[in-house]
Amino acid sequence: MFRPTRDGGVSVWLSAGEAQLLRTLVVPVIELLADDRERRGGSGQTPGEPRGETPGGTPGEPRSEAPGEPRSETPGEAALFDELERLFDDTVPGLPEDPVLARLLPDAYRDDSQAAGEFRKYTESSLREAKKYFAQTLLDTLPAHGGRVKLTGDQARDWMRTLNDVRLSFGVRLDVTEDFEEQLAGLNPEDPKFAAFEVYGWLGAVQESLVQALAR
Amino acid sequence: MSVAPAELDLPRSADESVPDKPWVTIVWNDPVNLMSYVTYVFEHVFGYPRSKAEKLMLDVHHKGKAVVASGTREAMEHNVEVLHGYGLWATVRQD
Repeated sequence: MFRPTRDGGVSVWLSAGEAQLLRTLVVPVIELLADDRERRGGSGQTPGEPRGETPGGTPGEPRSEAPGEPRSETPGEAALFDELERLFDDTVPGLPEDPVLARLLPDAYRDDSQAAGEFRKYTESSLREAKKYFAQTLLDTLPAHGGRVKLTGDQARDWMRTLNDVRLSFGVRLDVTEDFEEQLAGLNPEDPKFAAFEVYGWLGAVQESLVQALAR
Repeated sequence: MSVAPAELDLPRSADESVPDKPWVTIVWNDPVNLMSYVTYVFEHVFGYPRSKAEKLMLDVHHKGKAVVASGTREAMEHNVEVLHGYGLWATVRQD
């Protein structure tokens, strides 16, 4: 599939169906990463997480915002208020409740939830932005109706990371184990999961091919 | 993972004389990440030669985890940020 090019990039030919499938798979990952209501709203509700010193109900408590709540600020003001809120908020966010987000944005400390929360407080939004950027590179370089795709090395690495994020999402949702082949073999083709496992397998082959082309 | 070379008489007792007690970056095994991909990431992110990157990848795969770098806490946190960008399951720990 992917072949290295002389300038350190890669090229690949994709059918219309493959291009469409990739787009269909990548868009929900961007949407998931873009939606941080879950983190903001859920940050105070994770049981067992240390919540810092802020007593409940004070201005420092993160707002539990209903999705449809009207906001009067302009987008610029809203971003500024969000930033200020974060600076003055001495609670720390926990692992996202959505298991896919929890895998895409994992804790940086395994046995220290306070350190993990501190790290997350200052890095999670930029990690989300980075992952969305990688995914957007794929969408922007993907021909709508298939055909030849030529990528620079940097674009190819964005593709590689996005393919990995999509596979991680599938892996969590499908509960994929090291014995993926056996899991697939054990499924009835009538099972709704069967097609998803096949897509997951195809994504693995695409990513493997891209890694081989880049590593050469 | 590695043993420090024969040491001179460096002070060891008081914490303040050892400001940068080594921290490590750990990568954990994951059923999704491809072996070739993990190897590529170790080569590309850390500049490790292919043989070292492969050995670390195999350690992650067979032992469940591997220490892939050591140094200051700041440097290890930076590593983890970069590795999370690649979707590897990485954590920081004081060694």
